[in-house]
Amino acid sequence: MSARQTSRPVLEIEGLQIALPEGSDRPLAIDGMTLTVNAGEIVCLVGESGSGKSLAASAVMRLLPEPHVRVTAGTVRFDGQDLYQLTEKHMRALRGSQISMIFQEPMTALNPQKRVGWQIEEVLRLHTRLSRKERYARVLEILEQVRIPDPESAVNAYPHQISGGQRQRVMIAMALVLQPKLIIADEPTTALDVTTQLQVLELIRELQAKFGTGVLFITHDFGVVAEIADRVAVLRQGELVEQGPASEVLNRPRHPYTQALIAAVPDLRPPKPKDIAGAPAVLRVAGLKKTFKPKRTLFGRRRNEVVAVDNVSFELRKGETLGIVGESGSGKTTVSRCITRLLEADGGAVMLGETEMLAATRSELRALRRDIQMVFQDPMASLNPRKRVVDLIAQGPIVHGETPEKARARARELLLLVELSPAAADRYPHEFSGGQRQRIGIARALALDPKIIVADEPVSALDVSVQAQVLKLLAELRDRLSLSLLFVTHDLRVAAQLCDRVAVMEKGKIVEIGPTAAVFSNPSHAYTRKLLSSIPGRHWTPPVLAGNAA
Amino acid sequence: MSTVDIGISAAPVSGWAVLWRRYKRNRAAILGLILLALVLVMAATAGLIEPVDPLRRAGEPLIPPFTSWATPLGTDQLGRDILAGIFHGARTSLLIGIISTVFAISIGILVGSISGYFGGWVDDALMRITEAFQTIPNFVLLLALVAIMGSSLQNMIIAIGIVSWTAPARLVRAEFLSLRGREFVEAARNLGVSDKAIIFREILPNALPPVIVFASVIMAIAILLESALAFLGLGDPNYASWGNMIGMGRSVLRTDWYCAAIPGVAIIITVLAFSLIGEGLNEAVNPRQKKS
Amino acid sequence: MLNYLLRRLIQAVPVILIIMVGTFLLLKLAPGDTVDALVGDMGGADPQVIARLRAEYGLDQPVWVQLWIYMTKLVQFDFGWSFVHEQPVATVLMDRLGNTLLLMVSSLLFAVSIGCVLGAIAARKAYSLTDNVISTLGLIFYATPSFFLGLMMIVLFSVKLGWLPVGGIQTIPSFYKGWDHVKDVAVHLIMPTASLSLIYLALYMRLMRTSVLEVAELDYVRTARAKGAGEARLMVHHIGRNALLPVITLLGVQFSTILGGSVVIETVFTIPGLGQLAYQAVIQRDMNMLMGLVFLSSIVVIVVNFLIDLLYASLDSRIELS
Repeated sequence: MSARQTSRPVLEIEGLQIALPEGSDRPLAIDGMTLTVNAGEIVCLVGESGSGKSLAASAVMRLLPEPHVRVTAGTVRFDGQDLYQLTEKHMRALRGSQISMIFQEPMTALNPQKRVGWQIEEVLRLHTRLSRKERYARVLEILEQVRIPDPESAVNAYPHQISGGQRQRVMIAMALVLQPKLIIADEPTTALDVTTQLQVLELIRELQAKFGTGVLFITHDFGVVAEIADRVAVLRQGELVEQGPASEVLNRPRHPYTQALIAAVPDLRPPKPKDIAGAPAVLRVAGLKKTFKPKRTLFGRRRNEVVAVDNVSFELRKGETLGIVGESGSGKTTVSRCITRLLEADGGAVMLGETEMLAATRSELRALRRDIQMVFQDPMASLNPRKRVVDLIAQGPIVHGETPEKARARARELLLLVELSPAAADRYPHEFSGGQRQRIGIARALALDPKIIVADEPVSALDVSVQAQVLKLLAELRDRLSLSLLFVTHDLRVAAQLCDRVAVMEKGKIVEIGPTAAVFSNPSHAYTRKLLSSIPGRHWTPPVLAGNAA
Repeated sequence: MSTVDIGISAAPVSGWAVLWRRYKRNRAAILGLILLALVLVMAATAGLIEPVDPLRRAGEPLIPPFTSWATPLGTDQLGRDILAGIFHGARTSLLIGIISTVFAISIGILVGSISGYFGGWVDDALMRITEAFQTIPNFVLLLALVAIMGSSLQNMIIAIGIVSWTAPARLVRAEFLSLRGREFVEAARNLGVSDKAIIFREILPNALPPVIVFASVIMAIAILLESALAFLGLGDPNYASWGNMIGMGRSVLRTDWYCAAIPGVAIIITVLAFSLIGEGLNEAVNPRQKKS
Repeated sequence: MLNYLLRRLIQAVPVILIIMVGTFLLLKLAPGDTVDALVGDMGGADPQVIARLRAEYGLDQPVWVQLWIYMTKLVQFDFGWSFVHEQPVATVLMDRLGNTLLLMVSSLLFAVSIGCVLGAIAARKAYSLTDNVISTLGLIFYATPSFFLGLMMIVLFSVKLGWLPVGGIQTIPSFYKGWDHVKDVAVHLIMPTASLSLIYLALYMRLMRTSVLEVAELDYVRTARAKGAGEARLMVHHIGRNALLPVITLLGVQFSTILGGSVVIETVFTIPGLGQLAYQAVIQRDMNMLMGLVFLSSIVVIVVNFLIDLLYASLDSRIELS
């Protein structure tokens, strides 16, 4: 333990053990965790899904879903007192005033039926004897400190009336209003867009430094760690495998698991570009438009139309990967749906080779679908849970006239191609992990021998190490089968590694398009610059570690 | 906190076995099965108790229960054997319950799936019709239908089906609405699968479990509706019916209340059986309430 | 919010139209028409008179003209003549409406309030003995036919104990005045209300229990806990209102079945209301009366649903701007 000498610890976790209910995948969620958070320090607890990091956070708050999940050994000391020796009443007095918490989903973490001001004020009402006037003044003050524009009207707003970033600011205001000694932040920026994420991270950092608060920051993202952490602790399957100063762990990880995790973080520097200038265009999109009209109502107030895709044009060449990057609401997913005609575009042209997709009749479209296939975002939702894997993969060829026997035999070959055992063929999707399911999704897309694959955030639901494997597979298959890939993503790191060219979208328009290396090193549009300068951990380059291929 | 890799070496378990394992953990649900078995046995052996006609005179009128071997549960004011009425009534109740439920659910699935899948004006039109049916108090509509069509067993089944299809239709529609936008449906469309195949092969199998669970509720309500009709004397006079027995018992309520009480208990047991089974199935299908 | 309510009202229009067409079709499907009933009432008439009567009632017109005439009459609440009561159907219906509404309101209030409270208690003590007792009782109530419950209550409270009146809505019309009258009616309403509402009480209880369990798992309840809020505060400020919303939604859907249930209950307790009238109309084959009833009760349901929408809109802050 290399705690700083200058400050005293606010949180000392020693030998913490949390038991899971019978029938879980493992008996202990957390096994023998020892961790200290000092005043004025941000400690990042990093782990993949299932590592137990969120349960550890709940354990500090004594908010575990008891009796199913409970602490079975170890101590949690806050400011010198053992939290598990306190009465519930005493513990309640600490929560919100001395220790507070920020959660992941700002939408669901606020009560939809109460005004923002009321919800912040509740903390004051619970823990102080301030008068109503004083409380109101304090709420305004803290809202100002978290830089909510126009605090006076924000006080009276309901959570659904403010944006996601602002909601997270409200959560932070709520956590900080009594200047607690310890804040537990459970993935507080994961649900936010990259530009908002950076602002929120900076805000946490700033206020924490100002108040001298200790922060236990839980995350899965090493970029965020590089952005904010003083110290880092890495959790694998409930076991703390490594901890130390941030610069140490990020640049010289000692434990193989940490090394593997860091090696899986995509580098922001794009690799050397491929030469595809001479390749023919397989997909030409010109002037694509899509507007979402509000549902017609007879007397309802007319809501504004949303222009999701506004005059978008680009080309995709044979063997090329074109990335479409942008934040949520930029229209990037709508583009992918319009091109595959899962949504009907309002205007423009999509030329697949020499055929105009948007003008195709139903039967023509069916034939065209052979050439352009999709890989979807959510590996759970994109596979029909009631179909066996072999039938899922063989479905496309069968629909297009292949005999079921041949299609199934081919499906088994495809499983090998995506590095799954042919034994997987007779299983159902729920028996597979997220990464394996995404491989099945890829096999399904390949079953029709398409020329183009449209991938809509195919790795955003996956853990970073799995993500790296799936990306590697996609790149290999693209090169081996000379596929053209249209890759929709919000993750600029992923785009940097996989894409030959990127198109940056903002509010339905492509603001910049060009070779990845050029766009990343010399962005011409202000929005692209803003995006790139918001990537968490952009100043940190993941070290290249010898003898490790993720 | 649960997505830990499941190795593909794990032995495949059939869906039914998992369902049964979850179901049998629930003691109340098992009680439901036992009660249902009891009612089924009564229906099956009704012919042994009274092979000819449960509505014939079997002895002196108003023999109290547990006093005569020939009529263990006593007789009503017309001297009809209550035990025979109960056993044959089980047949009528189950018959009406099952067939009208199948009828109601079939209409519900048809309307709900078309409405939910296609949306737009089709959905608007079908939903207004559904609302109209829901707005008319179901028992009042049932009375009107029986008044017009007559109250033969067959017509009662149709009438009960007509007043019961709206709830499953809404349920199926809601399921379709949520499943329609799922990525696996988009994936099927992207493969070029036809609308018909998407409705019946992709969406419907996933939409059915909650509907099947809900069937037990409709069954329970159908049985209650039939008994209420028969209680008012509007049932089919040619079949033994628990509701009718209660209705007859009403006139001797002050002196011989058992005439109404015994068939009442039979109804409670039957409806309870379906409710318990429904509840058990529901928990087995979506086990989210009892969080681990 | 005004928009929201206006929209809900507009949505009711096609529903009312469909119901009008529906009742018309049912009348057409029924054996015999108004003139048959009239002639039967007069004890027969010669064919010429019958033909003249048919023309007078518009029954010689094409079906869609008849439908139009029928609908314009319905809009003015003209449901035709009841040959059984020798009065306009509307007059008879309005006479009885009050008693039924009284029974409805008391049953609904009883079922919702007690049901929600019990459901919330069961959920907060989920899987304890209290929960098991409440849930088991709920299941038994839910399985008990209302008419059977009514009869057994009569046996116990009227016949054996003699505490409560067997039926009717008041002892003797206008015998009591003022508060005594209110008390008299209330005593008469106890058993009908209890037997009609128990099944719905059980339903709302189960719904509320599920709803509270669900809401208690939500993120913002965890947030409130992390703020240091105690259990009572959680229930009142964070869980209660959010858990009530789905129950209230169902209230609207369920109301029409409660109205339907009053047919049986009013018959059991001989309460002179719409339900009893419906039963008599079927027995006496008074089709005009029956269709008038179908229409009027549908209007009552629509009005009640509108009131429930009002309640919902006032409870859900999200509706204000949408």
